[in-house]
Amino acid sequence: MSENQNDVILKIDHVNRLYKDDDNIVEALSDINLEVRKGEFISIIGASGCGKTTLLRLIAGLDKPQSGELTLSGERITGADPKRGYVFQQGGLFNWLTVEQNIAAGLKARHVYKENKHRIPEYIRMVGLEGFEKAYPHQISGGMAQRVAIARALINDPEVLLLDEPMGALDNFTRAALQDKILEIRANTNATMILVTHDVDEALYLSDRIVIMTPRPGRISEIIDVNMEHPRQRNGHDFTKLRKHLLEKFHLASEQQDPEYNI
Amino acid sequence: MNKKTKYILSVIFSISGFILAALLNVVVPQKAEGVVFEDYTVFGITTNSNQAYRVVLYVLIIGYLIAGIVDWFHEKKRNQYQKRAAFRFVCGIALFLWDLLGTKLQVLTQPFFPGPAGIMTAFVSEGDFIWTNTLYSLRLYAFGFAIGVITGVITGVLVGWFPKVAYWVNPVLKVLGVIPAVAWMPFALTLLPTPFAGAVFLIAVSVWVLVTTLTAAGVESTPKVQFEAGRTLGGNSLYLVFHVAIPHALPQIFLGITTANGYAFTTLVMAEMMGQPGGLGYYINASKVWSAYYKVFAAIIVMAILFSIITKLIELIRDYFLRWQKGVVR
Repeated sequence: MSENQNDVILKIDHVNRLYKDDDNIVEALSDINLEVRKGEFISIIGASGCGKTTLLRLIAGLDKPQSGELTLSGERITGADPKRGYVFQQGGLFNWLTVEQNIAAGLKARHVYKENKHRIPEYIRMVGLEGFEKAYPHQISGGMAQRVAIARALINDPEVLLLDEPMGALDNFTRAALQDKILEIRANTNATMILVTHDVDEALYLSDRIVIMTPRPGRISEIIDVNMEHPRQRNGHDFTKLRKHLLEKFHLASEQQDPEYNI
Repeated sequence: MNKKTKYILSVIFSISGFILAALLNVVVPQKAEGVVFEDYTVFGITTNSNQAYRVVLYVLIIGYLIAGIVDWFHEKKRNQYQKRAAFRFVCGIALFLWDLLGTKLQVLTQPFFPGPAGIMTAFVSEGDFIWTNTLYSLRLYAFGFAIGVITGVITGVLVGWFPKVAYWVNPVLKVLGVIPAVAWMPFALTLLPTPFAGAVFLIAVSVWVLVTTLTAAGVESTPKVQFEAGRTLGGNSLYLVFHVAIPHALPQIFLGITTANGYAFTTLVMAEMMGQPGGLGYYINASKVWSAYYKVFAAIIVMAILFSIITKLIELIRDYFLRWQKGVVR
């Protein structure tokens, strides 16, 4: 979390991404520039259609930009790679593998299973799934499934962990618990994380910086620094002030209406 | 009445049907004319078919009695046993009526509907011949089914993975899918070196079509997110095929295999009846020529047992591979 410019690990440089329909062109991303420092927690928020998931997919290498360049540790991103771990919104786990085997899947895919299998219990402990090693994905809750997905990505020692609305499909209590778990994992591993979310509170609770995106064309409208100590109080003064600012950004904070955090 | 008394009664109920059938066979004298039980020597024991039928009844009685005692110790198995009691009783009564009407009184039209002892004649008189034919059928089935499944899974994965392969193979599947495999019999029998190879080919084709179609469907239906998960974990194309697409397609592959199994039996018997030097289908055909209907029934009983065992084995294999589905399906 150093402020040193040399610590920049991920660089997004003038990136554009177009989607062509039958007859119209959608500008999903337009001139995106962003630098992420090592160990930083970045949230990307914005209304649906602002291109936040597209941006995350470009970082992962699951999609390619029409122009511009993305580099991780000076290396150009050309395709999917375990250096950039990815946690999907849902459905990313392999249903035919147990919790343990799902976490081992990455090691097996890279043919480094034998020399690393002793680390699996450590990652199961890290995400708090002791006792569920032999359970299949359909036997565990949504929140637990996402923790498996996080452990599966982390065991590959990624330089950056990409989280695509991992809490989007969870209920409020599970979501809060998983948020704390992510903070805990981050404190233990010092991993760089980029989270896509549409939940303002979630972004405020977790991030060092919040990237706000606006749609049509998808571009970054503002980057906000969140300088608050962890654990953050969701009803603290700074928290509510920043929340208000963020919600105003989306023209949603009004006097009459209860705050609607889920945009 | 407590649970245990109830269970004991259900054991007695289960075997009572067979006991009645055995009593009938022993006590009621032969009323029909011209029923002679010839003596045969089987495994060094001289017996006739009526005695052999009694042995079958005794085996059933003792078997269900032992099962009843063994199941006593597991509550789940006890419940299962109790559920089957009524059915087993009716089976015994069916044998009772069949023996009475078929053998003892010969009310049923002979020789089309022989009694149970009549059918036993086939086993005691030429059991070894039936066994040889059973082995022939089994070998034919094993070769045809295995070749069909293996080539079917391979083609199915290729069709599901490569759109170009799908473009060329799908029309073939569509055409072959609507033609019963036995329609190719004349070609199979003339073009292939032996009748055995011809029948193997027919069974393999009927299995191949179904297994290929369902495997391809399973591979094609793999969600994109699963492939992307595989890629972000560092998996190459081979990993995506063998560790993502194929495991995902496995339920569909097994659906194809279990369905194809039924088609394979049909094709097997038809092929044997039309031009094989052995097999249960051949045995039926050969017996029919001599109006030996008791032998036809004997062959049908062997088929029922054999095909049930094969089906059960396939189900066990499927349940092992799809154990992760337990609790999701069914």
